[in-house]
Amino acid sequence: MNMLLRLLTSSLGKKFLMAVTGAGLFLFVIGHLLGNLQIFLGPEAVNRYGHFLQTTPEILWPARVGLLAFVIIHIWTSISLTLENRAARAARYDVKEVVAATLASRTMIWSGLIIVAFVAFHLAHYTLLIVHPEFRDLHDANGWHDIYRMMVLGFSNYWVSGFYVLGIGLLSIHLSHGASAMFQSLGLKNEAYTCAIDGFARVAAVIIFLGYISIPLAVLAGVVK
Amino acid sequence: MNVKLRVWRQRDAGTPGRFETYEAKDINPNMSFLEMLDVVNEDLTRRGREPITFDHDCREGICGMCSCVINGEPHGPENKVATCQTYMRSFRDGETITVEPFRARAFPLIKDLIVNRSAFDRVIQAGGFVSVSTGSAPDGNAILVPKQNADLAMDAAACIGCGACVAACKNASAMLFVAAKVSHLNLLPQGRPEKEKRVLAMVQQMDEEGFGACTVTGSCEAVCPKGISLNFIAKMNRDYFGALLGVGGKKANTLTGA
Repeated sequence: MNMLLRLLTSSLGKKFLMAVTGAGLFLFVIGHLLGNLQIFLGPEAVNRYGHFLQTTPEILWPARVGLLAFVIIHIWTSISLTLENRAARAARYDVKEVVAATLASRTMIWSGLIIVAFVAFHLAHYTLLIVHPEFRDLHDANGWHDIYRMMVLGFSNYWVSGFYVLGIGLLSIHLSHGASAMFQSLGLKNEAYTCAIDGFARVAAVIIFLGYISIPLAVLAGVVK
Repeated sequence: MNVKLRVWRQRDAGTPGRFETYEAKDINPNMSFLEMLDVVNEDLTRRGREPITFDHDCREGICGMCSCVINGEPHGPENKVATCQTYMRSFRDGETITVEPFRARAFPLIKDLIVNRSAFDRVIQAGGFVSVSTGSAPDGNAILVPKQNADLAMDAAACIGCGACVAACKNASAMLFVAAKVSHLNLLPQGRPEKEKRVLAMVQQMDEEGFGACTVTGSCEAVCPKGISLNFIAKMNRDYFGALLGVGGKKANTLTGA
């Protein structure tokens, strides 16, 4: 009980929860990217993948519930810590000199909150199909939901693709810091690994950015149609 | 050389403060920043005005008393030195230098550039010690310390507790200080029996004092006059979660007090 209380109330405990949920969400971002990139293998491959997920509730629903729980914990800890951090520096300096801190590390709460808005739209667009209810009626020759056509139609809209690139850009900036900082918060950094972990985070952020934006760009360029 | 100073003047915590401008003329570039303030204060005193109040003690970079945020950087522009070892040659002739106190809720202002850093003392009192029976000094090498641990503990012990880490952090977080003090003792055999209790108690006190949390921006490490590494914060996190999980086999509350 004491342990749980410290985990939920102490600064280190909340950072630990933020790091664990962040690590989980990071793995989801990688998995989701691999799933999406199947669009380049053609309609058959990506539609089969979609059909598999939609007809396998024993994978789909634990993943959805787990992700939702992780998102809630991640947002709760970030807002709670941000408020505590603001209160800790009540008076501001007149001369603001940034020492060593990267832009990404100083704006985590803002990149994070904009990503929340992006994810909300993204889910309404492609999962809940609120933005385009007609996506529900897209089916391919196998009778599967035509994910491929849905992605092509969705990203053909410049506004949708633009917001997508913006959202992914902020996600990548967020992860360029977060994917390294989570190791620190979990106590998994030392002299030997710091350099490699920081490098890993930056490389992962670039790969995630290029990987995700390749899809709307390919659609807009007419490579995928 | 001549410089213009914009200094934060505040009579006490209850009175609003403001910047006042002073001319420091004919300053020897090899004076330390504190010596320059001494010269300015002598002039102010001669003219019957209230001198600038600032903290200082040893003036050789080891006591951790001097503070000040100079042009937005705690301890000024040079790396790995305190304000007392920041020399006027680090500034341009004719430059306007802004001097502010460390700003953090946990460091309430006393006067002008002096803040109360007792919060650090209370963090130390919470667990920054070893409980031993006092007596005659033990024989040398009676307790063997692996060379690596001795070196790391020494790196952590270099912390002079000046509070620059708190001043530089956008969250006014004291994690670098607390991590150094936790690691210093936790790395050594004399500190190991109370390792879990220590880290839990010191982190709890740190939170109660109103310091912020770590965002891993690295500002603290960059301004630290003793170059304390950010890796000590990772080690403190490791020790903390180890203590929460009871790793290490020692109950947290079996030694000294509750």
